[in-house]
Amino acid sequence: MIKQLRKQDVIFLLLSLVIFAVFQFLMSERILTSFWRLNVTVICLNIILASSLNLINGVTGQFSLGHAGFMAIGAYVSAVCTMFFHLPFICSILAGAAAAGVLGFCIGTPTLRLQGDYLAIATLGMGEIIRICILNIPQVGGASGMSGIPTETTFPWLFGCMIVTLFVLKNIINSNQGRACLSVRENAIAAEAMGINTTAFKVFAFTVASMFAGLAGALFSHYFGIAHPSSFTFMRSFDIMTMVVLGGLGSLSGSIVGAVLLTFIAAAMQSYPEYRMIVYALLLIILMLYRPNGIFGDKELASVILSKWKKGGENDGTTAENK
Amino acid sequence: MEPLLKTSNLSKSFGGIKAVQDFNVYINSGELVGLIGPNGAGKTTAFNLLTGVYTPTTGNIEFNGHSLVGMKPYKITKQGIARTFQNIRLFDHLTVIDNVKIAYNYHIKYTLAEAILRVGRYGSEEEVVEKKAMELLEIFNLADKKDELAANLPYGQQRRLEIARALAAQPKLLLLDEPAAGMNPQETHELMEMISWIRKTFDLTILLIEHDMSLVMGICERIYVLEFGKILAQGIPDEIKSNTEVIKAYLGEEV
Repeated sequence: MIKQLRKQDVIFLLLSLVIFAVFQFLMSERILTSFWRLNVTVICLNIILASSLNLINGVTGQFSLGHAGFMAIGAYVSAVCTMFFHLPFICSILAGAAAAGVLGFCIGTPTLRLQGDYLAIATLGMGEIIRICILNIPQVGGASGMSGIPTETTFPWLFGCMIVTLFVLKNIINSNQGRACLSVRENAIAAEAMGINTTAFKVFAFTVASMFAGLAGALFSHYFGIAHPSSFTFMRSFDIMTMVVLGGLGSLSGSIVGAVLLTFIAAAMQSYPEYRMIVYALLLIILMLYRPNGIFGDKELASVILSKWKKGGENDGTTAENK
Repeated sequence: MEPLLKTSNLSKSFGGIKAVQDFNVYINSGELVGLIGPNGAGKTTAFNLLTGVYTPTTGNIEFNGHSLVGMKPYKITKQGIARTFQNIRLFDHLTVIDNVKIAYNYHIKYTLAEAILRVGRYGSEEEVVEKKAMELLEIFNLADKKDELAANLPYGQQRRLEIARALAAQPKLLLLDEPAAGMNPQETHELMEMISWIRKTFDLTILLIEHDMSLVMGICERIYVLEFGKILAQGIPDEIKSNTEVIKAYLGEEV
């Protein structure tokens, strides 16, 4: 069994290497215009954000709306590390991720006792509190933001971090710890009766997800060279949540597809930003009518193809980009 | 010999309603005890007190020498009490085998790092869990349904899966809340045989709530009768059958 699983891991890594090579070639040869290069970058960031939020909202079944707050923590902490303490890039992004993880733990411990709507409101408020706190710290630029952050995030860094995120999340979901998180989503009372400390696993999922949001934030600030409070409003949390719901709660492939799709929509609507939210809302309404569980439901792309192939039917040929 | 489970003056009130009052029971190791009573007598509340879902208003629960009062449900499970639910509570959107695997959760020792890198104890422990879960599913005739979603199983199989899942937690004391609810006489009979069998095989102590008198009288060694939250009578099945108080509680008084 373990050999089979390791084989899957190797296939996953090889596949990502191939995709990386293709994009790296397209980028270094300047076949992709700068517009598309930017979009590929944003897609990578969004995949990290969406797949990590999926661990909270999809796998553990807790409704969090504060992901942008943790992203802000990652962005600012890493920027402070590189600019004020002159730490190497890798140390800064790790510090950013760690800081967001620690904060996630501290905030998650009290708030995750809440359920459903109450948790959503608490996390929404928390995200805003983080943003407003940053807004009022003059040392990190306050309302004008931090600029002049060394732009050290390159495509290999981004892609590498994205693959690490997906790999870690995938293996967490398929482990004992992941099963415990799933059981919390399915039936918290039964989970407790089966010896699972539901609060601890909620906090665990929240902490891990916050950490990756911090990682995405760190990469974000070191790509654009600026960190500005307005980049981390609750609208961004909402964007990320839309990606997760669109792709399917509980499905990593779904989060990837959701992130790719919504990034493209956002890019296409760039000239009409005021209509973007209307399109999002319409998209969600259509989705709720025709595929209430999201594009993938809670299934993974690999398992969908595998089961179709086993049944002797044709696979539908859909392949997730960047998987 | 000290009983495995002993409650003393256990009470639970919800506002002015005394759901359970002065609940004094003991269960010796290896016994199969029944808890019966009319609807609303407080049987499930008693179960919820024993498993930590509710905290008792007063009284004490002693299990295996430890007091369980104030303990969280998951800790009580770790002490060795597992249960099923009156209204089935499976992990509906997970596969049958995952439902069982989850109950092994606290027996698995590998760390998160080992799981992420799939090294060390991850492989061996996952294999053991898979094997144990399959063994249980085979006992309960669910092995061929292992990849089915729990929600898609027919009712009788869901009941069986819930018992299998409870056994996977490797309890000393198993609490069954109306295991035969909604079953036909044939299924109830099979269930009776299965309960006796798992009790011997897994060396279990069982406390069960049941309305089906043929099942209770057929397999229980001792019976407690609960009415209006109080213990009305206790004894071996024959005593209970002829107890006038019990007959009155179930059938009403003669005019």
